[in-house]
Amino acid sequence: MRMSPLCKALLTAGLLTSASFAHANNLVYCSEGSPGGFDPGQYTTGTDFDAASETIFNRLAEFERGGTKAQPSLASSWDISEDGLTYTFHLREGVKFHSTDYFKPTRDFNADDVLFTYQRMLDRNHPFRQAYPSEFPYFTDMGLDKNIAKIEKTDDMTVVFTLNAVDAAFVQNLAMSFAAIHSAEYADQLLKAGKAAEINQKPIGTGPFVFSRYQKDAVIRFKGNTQYWAPEQVKIDNLIFSINTDASVRAQKLRAGECHVTLNPRPADLQSLQADKNLNVPTEPGYNVGYIAYNVTRAPFDKREVRQALDMAVNKAAIIDAVYQGAGQLAVNGMPPTQWSYDESIKDAAYDPEKAKELLKAAGVKEGTEITLWAMPVQRPYNPNARLMAEMLQNDWAKVGIKARIVSYEWGEYIKRAHAGEHDAMLIGWTGDNGDPDNWLGTLYGCASVDGNNFSKWCDSEYDKLVVAAKRVTDQEQRSELYRQAQVVLKREVPITPIAHSTVYQPMRSSVKGFQISPFGRNSFIGVSND
Amino acid sequence: MLSFIARRLGLLIPTFFGVTLLTFALIRLIPGDPVEVMMGERRVDPEMHAQAMERLGLNKPLYQQYFDYIGQLASGNLGESLRSRESVWNEFLTLFPATVELALAALLFAGTLGLIAGVVAALKRGTPLDHGVMSIALTGYSMPIFWWGLLLIMFFSVGLGWTPVSGRIDLLYDIPPVTGFMLIDTLLSDEPGAFVDALRHLILPAIVLGTIPLAVIARMTRSAMLEVLREDYIRTARAKGLSPTRVVFVHGLRNALIPVLTVFGLQVGTLLAGAVLTETIFSWPGIGKWLIEAIGARDYPVVQNGILLIACLVILVNFTVDILYGLANPRIRHQK
Repeated sequence: MRMSPLCKALLTAGLLTSASFAHANNLVYCSEGSPGGFDPGQYTTGTDFDAASETIFNRLAEFERGGTKAQPSLASSWDISEDGLTYTFHLREGVKFHSTDYFKPTRDFNADDVLFTYQRMLDRNHPFRQAYPSEFPYFTDMGLDKNIAKIEKTDDMTVVFTLNAVDAAFVQNLAMSFAAIHSAEYADQLLKAGKAAEINQKPIGTGPFVFSRYQKDAVIRFKGNTQYWAPEQVKIDNLIFSINTDASVRAQKLRAGECHVTLNPRPADLQSLQADKNLNVPTEPGYNVGYIAYNVTRAPFDKREVRQALDMAVNKAAIIDAVYQGAGQLAVNGMPPTQWSYDESIKDAAYDPEKAKELLKAAGVKEGTEITLWAMPVQRPYNPNARLMAEMLQNDWAKVGIKARIVSYEWGEYIKRAHAGEHDAMLIGWTGDNGDPDNWLGTLYGCASVDGNNFSKWCDSEYDKLVVAAKRVTDQEQRSELYRQAQVVLKREVPITPIAHSTVYQPMRSSVKGFQISPFGRNSFIGVSND
Repeated sequence: MLSFIARRLGLLIPTFFGVTLLTFALIRLIPGDPVEVMMGERRVDPEMHAQAMERLGLNKPLYQQYFDYIGQLASGNLGESLRSRESVWNEFLTLFPATVELALAALLFAGTLGLIAGVVAALKRGTPLDHGVMSIALTGYSMPIFWWGLLLIMFFSVGLGWTPVSGRIDLLYDIPPVTGFMLIDTLLSDEPGAFVDALRHLILPAIVLGTIPLAVIARMTRSAMLEVLREDYIRTARAKGLSPTRVVFVHGLRNALIPVLTVFGLQVGTLLAGAVLTETIFSWPGIGKWLIEAIGARDYPVVQNGILLIACLVILVNFTVDILYGLANPRIRHQK
């Protein structure tokens, strides 16, 4: 093909760009959206957490890379009192806050920073919160606002948390992205300057990357933190988030070499990405579950036999093929198999429409009984196409004489009405927050969540005793045993039909080394290099 | 003339209030509030919800919220985004130059090619060339922007590697925003190659956004030219022995341009509407993408004031056009 001089000039400019790009160790991550801000406590989405928590900040404890276990971070160790109500955190020495053109720290990280971070979330009258009113939804959602009785500093490097009730997942909760530790010294500086709001725009943390610049909807730039407390973990000089909302465009950018790592590819793009020799597409079983919740407060779902019948009438294998396009794992329990305490001995009921019909007949449900089946209007990590799933279920249930009418509302309205219990059966799901079994078995199916995330409105005293007891002991073996028993009850009573755990794919250039897929869907570049 | 301008200005006030009322009402008609949307499938703690709604002023009756909003506007305050907590005006100023740059580039592409295609089609009327040009124009007009954009990316960016996939500039260049117009900012910076790189990034989005206006302009130019070429003065010009080029461009195109220019003006709306999709496909950080995301997040101040600012812009353009028509045509000026 003949090329015009203009074309040649343009191409040369492109090549020069790529050539000079190779000098420093840069990594461009094609992210999916703009963060709301850089104060993680205020936010709830992965987009916000990736841009701030995983780069700029550290927590007292952090999840191991690629795992769900909390390990020491800004706290180098902790002790738990015998009654399980007091946690003493011993803080890491010599940790430096970032030095930028808007803040120069005069001291290392200490207990004051932990106190500032948590007091601000706990106390509505905290001076910083008065100057910059904010809510901390995740902190509240995890029940920490109610359960933390007090926080004290016993010396500069020791902080003691006292709880109102034993919470075996307490350290796991503190390892979550929202619990990023801020600098009290920086907060003071902002407060004195009357610029408290800048905590959300000009962040200062102790994390592996230092915030450099953010251009809304375009790019976030970070520099590798040369003073990081674990220096061997920072292998990138410039980390750049290129913001691209469209999944197909992200895939094309990756193939064209304009970014090195991306996330959430469309199932339709997977084949071409996997076939590209310059790319790796590692995969992990998703730390999520998509399921049908039966509203047990409404007939006919108040009868266990009806729930059992509809459960065995669902052709899960066909759904996984069509809805997840093979990128899903058949779900048996109410939580994913990667969660510790998962009971592998539990087996799914076989797909058996004939037996389902008999059960329905025995339960006195007439053929042609109408129910509503709610389908989410949005794509979620645990369910890529709820409408299609609902249509397949409608077809499955029609075979056993149940007429399902598919209902859908706008997402906010869907959740609001579901909380109010207006549905008969609904499609919903969950992605794990903190690596603890209670975040599934308690949060989704426990009695305390009947007005919240327990969309089945199912409250079984035998089950609830087990999950409540498991939350109140700290011994993991003991807890596992209780959770295993709870899973047996859950399977027997069928308040839900688990459908699938979607598989997570993380496409990246083959030059990227050391990236590990996080079960929580976080994208962290600590320990990652781009050779 | 002054009373004409006053009359036109008088019409702007109800239009302005109409826009504020419409955007205020429409965004609130969508179910779900900003706090619920942020929480997704998570439980919304009622206490935290009430606290947030109070802070955002969303717990007041609707009419009061509207009056507060108008009061805020009267004092020149556009409020702050509920999600980013940045001033809406600042966000608009950051993003608007990107949209203007893209729209101007698209208009330049559409105008230049559209005029040429229209003139050629008119001169070669009834020939395969005419049919070909007009078929392409019709295809361009009917092309869904989303599909067209992805198609061009697949072919030119991924297949041939000639143009970048998306964005305004290679992220290697760290260009500090001065004017917000990337082409100007790259010239102001001392980064070699940055300007050419920014230009390369502009090519595909400008083609995609300019395709529909191109088709409209080409068709309009063709029909206007055909009309003009039948006029007596063209015949006279030819009879005088003027060169065909002079007849076509000086006597023909100049007169045919009047209706075409009107179409140019009307395309501003199309360009802004098209920018919403084009910006999404090409990760172009402009106001279209900003508004789409704000609607999803129920970011009321951004949606209300973002649309209001765009509406003001369209009103201003129309007002200017009205005044210019008035200046050019006394009959319009004196109409009651």
